[in-house]
Amino acid sequence: MSGGVEIPVVVSDIEQATPTVRRFRLTAASGQPLPHFAAGSHVVVMMESGERIIRNAYSLVDRAEDGSSYSIGVLKTRDSRGGSRFMHERVEVGSRLKISMPVNLFPVFAPGRRHLLVAGGIGVTPIYAMADELKRQGADYEIHYAVRDEAHGAFVGELRERHGDRLTLYRSDLSEVLAVREILPGQPFGTHLYVCGPQGMIDAVLEGGREAGWPKEHLHSEHFQAPPSGDPFSARLAKAGITCEVRSDQSLLEALEEAGVDAPFLCRGGACGQCEVAVVDADGELVHNDHYLSEDERSSGRKIMLCVSRLKGRELVLDL
Amino acid sequence: MITTSTFDSRPAYGGLSLDERAKSHLVVAEGDGASAVLDAFEDAPPSLARTTLLYAGPDGMAVRLAILGAAEFRRTSGRLDLMNRLDEVFATSKMGARLYVAGTESFIGEVIAKAATYGVVPQSVIAEQRGSLARRVQCVHCKHVDEEVTATPYACGGCGQSLFVRDHFSRRHAAFQGVRVDAEVPGEIPAAEELVQ
Repeated sequence: MSGGVEIPVVVSDIEQATPTVRRFRLTAASGQPLPHFAAGSHVVVMMESGERIIRNAYSLVDRAEDGSSYSIGVLKTRDSRGGSRFMHERVEVGSRLKISMPVNLFPVFAPGRRHLLVAGGIGVTPIYAMADELKRQGADYEIHYAVRDEAHGAFVGELRERHGDRLTLYRSDLSEVLAVREILPGQPFGTHLYVCGPQGMIDAVLEGGREAGWPKEHLHSEHFQAPPSGDPFSARLAKAGITCEVRSDQSLLEALEEAGVDAPFLCRGGACGQCEVAVVDADGELVHNDHYLSEDERSSGRKIMLCVSRLKGRELVLDL
Repeated sequence: MITTSTFDSRPAYGGLSLDERAKSHLVVAEGDGASAVLDAFEDAPPSLARTTLLYAGPDGMAVRLAILGAAEFRRTSGRLDLMNRLDEVFATSKMGARLYVAGTESFIGEVIAKAATYGVVPQSVIAEQRGSLARRVQCVHCKHVDEEVTATPYACGGCGQSLFVRDHFSRRHAAFQGVRVDAEVPGEIPAAEELVQ
């Protein structure tokens, strides 16, 4: 299938990390070691919910030393479209899931002279893996982690234990603010910054970085977004001759999959570019929600990312 | 800013233009690269107050750069001296500084390769090629590096074989790759062509 290899896993441990975050340990069903991954990687978890398959991307937190398992952290969101709720309410120890091969769209720039890891909320999951990798390599790094309060900060205890003074925690219940302009000055030439968290935080950190004169090539970010809902519309595949309806609560990609179409995808969060498809015709306005297409590509109306973007209108004709 | 040509590793240089948001400017030039620096910085006195300028090259250009008004100007005795001085600059510089380099491709490559050892992303370096279009080429067979190669094929200064100059550029060596041209049919050596771009 288009997402590549599927690896069957069994949930071997579930930890309630905070009132809203659970850590799941996923053990290879085959007993064979899982592939190595570089920090910043994610996998797509496939959940069979009965009526449909839900696919969500989650950053990998760690890999057991013997390679037998990975762990992921999942936030239960109020506006869950099904994935995080399924993980929290339906998955238990012994549950079987499938995962994709790890994919890395958020790698550490290894030659960096120093690394500033900035996390907000559940955005800590790739940062956790990066900090471990940098510690292993003996690299110079700092972790800046913004949480609502200590109880809602996933993995705070572990991070403190592993990284000591390198961790700075910002608790909003104590009115502590992670201000990017305070952590950027004085960093040595060749420093890199990585940020993962809510979109507003990412935007503020990246803009703060440019404001401080940092080249954009030294500012790295990742944001997985759930596909935004919207008005229903029809999708017609020009080559395959298939027409399917996209409900308001599902993405274009999900609707195609439900119709049995093996459409291309990788990250399912508008970041990687794998699901780019040419638009043949659009009876309405394209709503681009991805982070991949350039402004020119968006305004051309010729391309769409299946995973997060949609049509505000009647019918979208795709070159598939 | 560096962009990449169709040959993946072949760098192309966008030309010096001031990064208005940079807190300071590290500008290094060699030979004719001075003219690119003058073009980009001559009308930017506020930026010059935050500029460190290093230069290796002839007297005339050095004088023009010296009176440009950079906060710090240093003329070095040659490329080697400049590279050593650059180590001190990189070691003490802070983020917010933007690196600019102007000169021949071999010079640009060498500066970027050094910056990369400090963790700088090559694509973040603003570069302009001026002066000779000659290339620095490494023989893939004997590893000898020839400077100022202007034609392909040419005779390797190390092993003497006729080398075809490929567009394959090594960022680490700051050099193009030279490959034996008559490997298939020994002795069959095409006429040399000038290397333009």
